[in-house]
Amino acid sequence: MSKHLKILEFVLSSLLRRKFKNLGIVAVFSFVVFILASILFLTHAFKAESLAILEGAPELIVHKIAGGRHDLTALRYGDEIAGIPGVGRVLPRYWGYYYDVSTGANYTIMGATGSPRSTLQLVRGAFIEAGQRGVCVLGQGVAEARLTGLNGIVPIMGANGELYRFQVVGVFTDPSTLLTNDLMLIAPEDIREIFDIRPDMATDIVVQVFNPSEVANVAKKIKYRFPELRPITRTEILRTYETLFSWRSGLVILTFVGALVAFGILAWDKATGLSAEEKKEIGILKAIGWETSDILALKFWEGAVLSLVSFLTGLIAAYLHVFFFGASVFAPALKGWSVIFPEFRLRPTIDPYQIFVLIFLTVLPYIAATIVPSWKTAITDPDIVMRG
Amino acid sequence: MTKYRIFLALIAVELATLLCLYGLGLFRFNRSAPEVVLLQEMAAELMLTDLAIWSEATYARHPSQADLFSPFQDYPSAIEHFPSGSILAPPFAERRGAHE
Repeated sequence: MSKHLKILEFVLSSLLRRKFKNLGIVAVFSFVVFILASILFLTHAFKAESLAILEGAPELIVHKIAGGRHDLTALRYGDEIAGIPGVGRVLPRYWGYYYDVSTGANYTIMGATGSPRSTLQLVRGAFIEAGQRGVCVLGQGVAEARLTGLNGIVPIMGANGELYRFQVVGVFTDPSTLLTNDLMLIAPEDIREIFDIRPDMATDIVVQVFNPSEVANVAKKIKYRFPELRPITRTEILRTYETLFSWRSGLVILTFVGALVAFGILAWDKATGLSAEEKKEIGILKAIGWETSDILALKFWEGAVLSLVSFLTGLIAAYLHVFFFGASVFAPALKGWSVIFPEFRLRPTIDPYQIFVLIFLTVLPYIAATIVPSWKTAITDPDIVMRG
Repeated sequence: MTKYRIFLALIAVELATLLCLYGLGLFRFNRSAPEVVLLQEMAAELMLTDLAIWSEATYARHPSQADLFSPFQDYPSAIEHFPSGSILAPPFAERRGAHE
């Protein structure tokens, strides 16, 4: 133990002699860990959050497909689906997208009414009462984009070219932004009028199934009876989000690969050879009686000091970045074309597996890259090493 | 023999910071549990299927409702039909609004 502490002391003195080079390595290494860890933390937190929230999503949704595209669904399908054994309530959903010219933002407009107990706790103001027309409940993103609030007016251009004015009776509060940021709730009668949805049609149909283990069976029966319909189960919704926020997905994997390649170059530079000064140092140590195993211990500690400091610094920075600053470094890339974009308030969740992946991808290769060339030099005659 | 002590202290401080952050995270996670239940119930009451994170395209807003494999598909993993998709930057909202 004391031998290793002495070697560590020697390593630290040696590293401080080349402090600018080593500080540079620590900075680059920390940055690579920061990027990789931020990606892993962010995608994991997104996944955990979506899987937790969407547990409440409808267990079965059915919509019509026409020409490979989503089409309006006739309400008569609902009546026939209600006859399938095990099926409970069948409810139509009315929703669609609206492009607001004045803000350049897209809203999701949805028909809703009644007095939903939990929703009311997440709304400032009131909710749309049954039969109430010309009022709306806005998501925070929509309210901010339109610079409006309670009792404000939101004009919406209908499919018939007429302008409809909605009075804001409620605004969704901060904790619900992940679900409601671009949402505008209006009465189902209003949405049918605005989007020109015929009275016998709906956007899609929500099907309640009494026994959760029967959902897949009911979906199969619907598909068999009505091939033009597409059933989507809650399990499929959750699976979509699991894949969506996997670290293998889209832009994430590109950034991940980029950072990994940058780290590869750093490690490769280290592995391809030692500087003349480092070789000379090893030669002198061998000449004054250090064993090859001592040299390897020395280089192990050198790699461990640099990679441990960088790894922990990068990890702390990534944690703060994702969970305290809402992944602000990635915001421009994440935001994309969205005009309305929620501020993340992600709940901190870390998968130990991710930390091990990070260690295997960064710390271990770096230590290996430090030891291998030193071992090659250490087994050579010190005289040859010192002469270069 | 002081440098290694400073180094070990630095590592200890970093580990302690990480543990504190983790602890704080767990505390925040547990404290927000009722909020998540509320959101779950809201998703059930309003029959919501997706998170409102991206509103730029239908498949981004409602990934779970995106269409299947059709020509000119709208799907998060769809292969780009034109190289322009990876070169074009999003236009400014002001400029886009001015054309409308």
